[in-house]
Amino acid sequence: MSAPGKGGFSKAVYTRPRSLVDVKSHFCPGCHHGTIHKIVAESIDRYGLREKTIGVACVGCAVFLYDYIDVDVVESPHGRAPAVATGVKRAQPDKFVFTYQGDGDLAAIGTSEIIHAANRGENLSVIFVNNTTYGMTGGQMAPTTMLGQKTSTTPYGRDFSSDGYPIRMAELLAGLEGTAYSARVAVSTPAQIRKAKEAVRKAFEMQIAGMGLSIVEFLSTCPTNWGMKPLDAQKRVLGEMSEYFPLGVFKERKQADIA
Amino acid sequence: MSALAVSPSKRLLTKGNEAICLGAVAAGCRHYFGYPITPQNDIPEHMAAHLPALGGTFLQAESEVATINMMLGTSASGKRVMTSSSGPGISLMQEGLSYMAGSELPAVVVNISRSGPGLGGIAPSQGDYFQAVKGGGHGGYRLIVLAPHSVQEMYALTMLAFDLADKYRTPVLILGDAIVGQMKEPFVASPYDPASTVEKPWALTGCAGRERRNVKSLYLKDNAIEVHNWKLHEKYERIRENEVRAESYMLDGATIAIVAFGTAARVSKTAIQWARKEGIAAGMLRPITLFPFPKREVFELARTVDFLLVIEMNTGQMVEDVRQCTPLHDRIAFLGKPCAMPTPEEILERIRLLAGKKG
Repeated sequence: MSAPGKGGFSKAVYTRPRSLVDVKSHFCPGCHHGTIHKIVAESIDRYGLREKTIGVACVGCAVFLYDYIDVDVVESPHGRAPAVATGVKRAQPDKFVFTYQGDGDLAAIGTSEIIHAANRGENLSVIFVNNTTYGMTGGQMAPTTMLGQKTSTTPYGRDFSSDGYPIRMAELLAGLEGTAYSARVAVSTPAQIRKAKEAVRKAFEMQIAGMGLSIVEFLSTCPTNWGMKPLDAQKRVLGEMSEYFPLGVFKERKQADIA
Repeated sequence: MSALAVSPSKRLLTKGNEAICLGAVAAGCRHYFGYPITPQNDIPEHMAAHLPALGGTFLQAESEVATINMMLGTSASGKRVMTSSSGPGISLMQEGLSYMAGSELPAVVVNISRSGPGLGGIAPSQGDYFQAVKGGGHGGYRLIVLAPHSVQEMYALTMLAFDLADKYRTPVLILGDAIVGQMKEPFVASPYDPASTVEKPWALTGCAGRERRNVKSLYLKDNAIEVHNWKLHEKYERIRENEVRAESYMLDGATIAIVAFGTAARVSKTAIQWARKEGIAAGMLRPITLFPFPKREVFELARTVDFLLVIEMNTGQMVEDVRQCTPLHDRIAFLGKPCAMPTPEEILERIRLLAGKKG
């Protein structure tokens, strides 16, 4: 903050979250990772968790979590973050543990790990970033790629007859007994960002209360691999993505199963 | 089922697989993750029965892929952690083992190996030698590999495995087989020496009062991955220098020296005793560490004997490493028995043949 503050006319009303590292972002213009990182960092600060948090980074653009969030982070193999997080949480049940995973990571190669972590009711929080493509490897088809969407491996558009359908993970995981909380949010408007913050707080509160696995799916942009300007990418999230992947809360446990 | 907390120096009649559990718990391991597979199921069953009462964690994972990654998380937390499996399951763990080697995380992985390739069979085998000692997963790394040949060693080498894993921050593999896992014999549950435990200033425990830490294997900037590879190489060289373990068995004046590990070595001891009774000077060099391999010992031995007889329960894997230790290849003979235990009679027959050749 560079407010002069002389004579008491200025006061800080907004500061960088303590848990967000003060570095230049390397993410592409219009990418939502930065916004999502900030929401995660704010929520860590809100509950005073920074010094008892272990984050689990996955493979893909999301791996660089540890360059931006000022907490201990362990790097997981592709898709295995919920298993790694299980190992951390079982070893240190008093710590706060979250994973940060992309859609290829969580919804393709890591489906087994996320489903079984949720089904065991592992007391973890999962931040799931769905941008309908593999960003780091150059824009290939993801399990969440929309029907008709052109990617480098669906050059004629995703066709359900050969590629299947985009998978709705928030709804799928909500169907498991062990899942305490499952919501889908977006960050394309200030109102959406406010709701996203509420969802992440709720997810973190679930873990603090020992309720089981909580997951927040973020609809996110990848202007670079979508071949769109940042503003057009926001419109895509607000339009066709939100239509197929509805925003909302799909599961919210009221009390823990185990007394 | 015997209790886990055993009084030291008491002789117990125990299965090899159970001795591994006793050794692990004695060494302070309280976290076990695993997935069922024959012939090692008595290990997870034992841990499931006893770890909760010790305040530990037993978790049956959804796969060996998940297992090894749960271990990664627990190890990154600074805790001693173990799994056990057999060939097909160990194959599924190779990804995680590569990440753990790259991230410099300690862990103990037990392979009570069975026959392969593929689903193979449940007969004892040493067909996983290459996978164990040459890295197994991608990217170029080594595991420390220990090869017990008795129930006593199943116990003692498990304790050693935890110490070596922590000392070098690397996964350690115990390569057993269905025979050493399932056979029962008396052993002494010698106490664990806690002097060997080390601090873990790298563990992720939440950054209270310190800078944040990462545990990772991704190095993208400049030549960081090259530097990291040389660092790992230097570690493996230190292991080669300091951690070779081998048993010299009746090698005094030996003209025929068997080189064998695990169950193949155990059977060979009987054949050697019979040969000695017949006046044939047979003996054995038994590698206890398969990585690091007792290179100097094999080199020296090859110069003093007429024949090195390599015996393995496969069609020839360790014999390649023996050949690398000495230029005297015409002195190396091989007896392979894939997916079956060689009998003392078969081994004695080969010893006689070699003795006749020279005589």
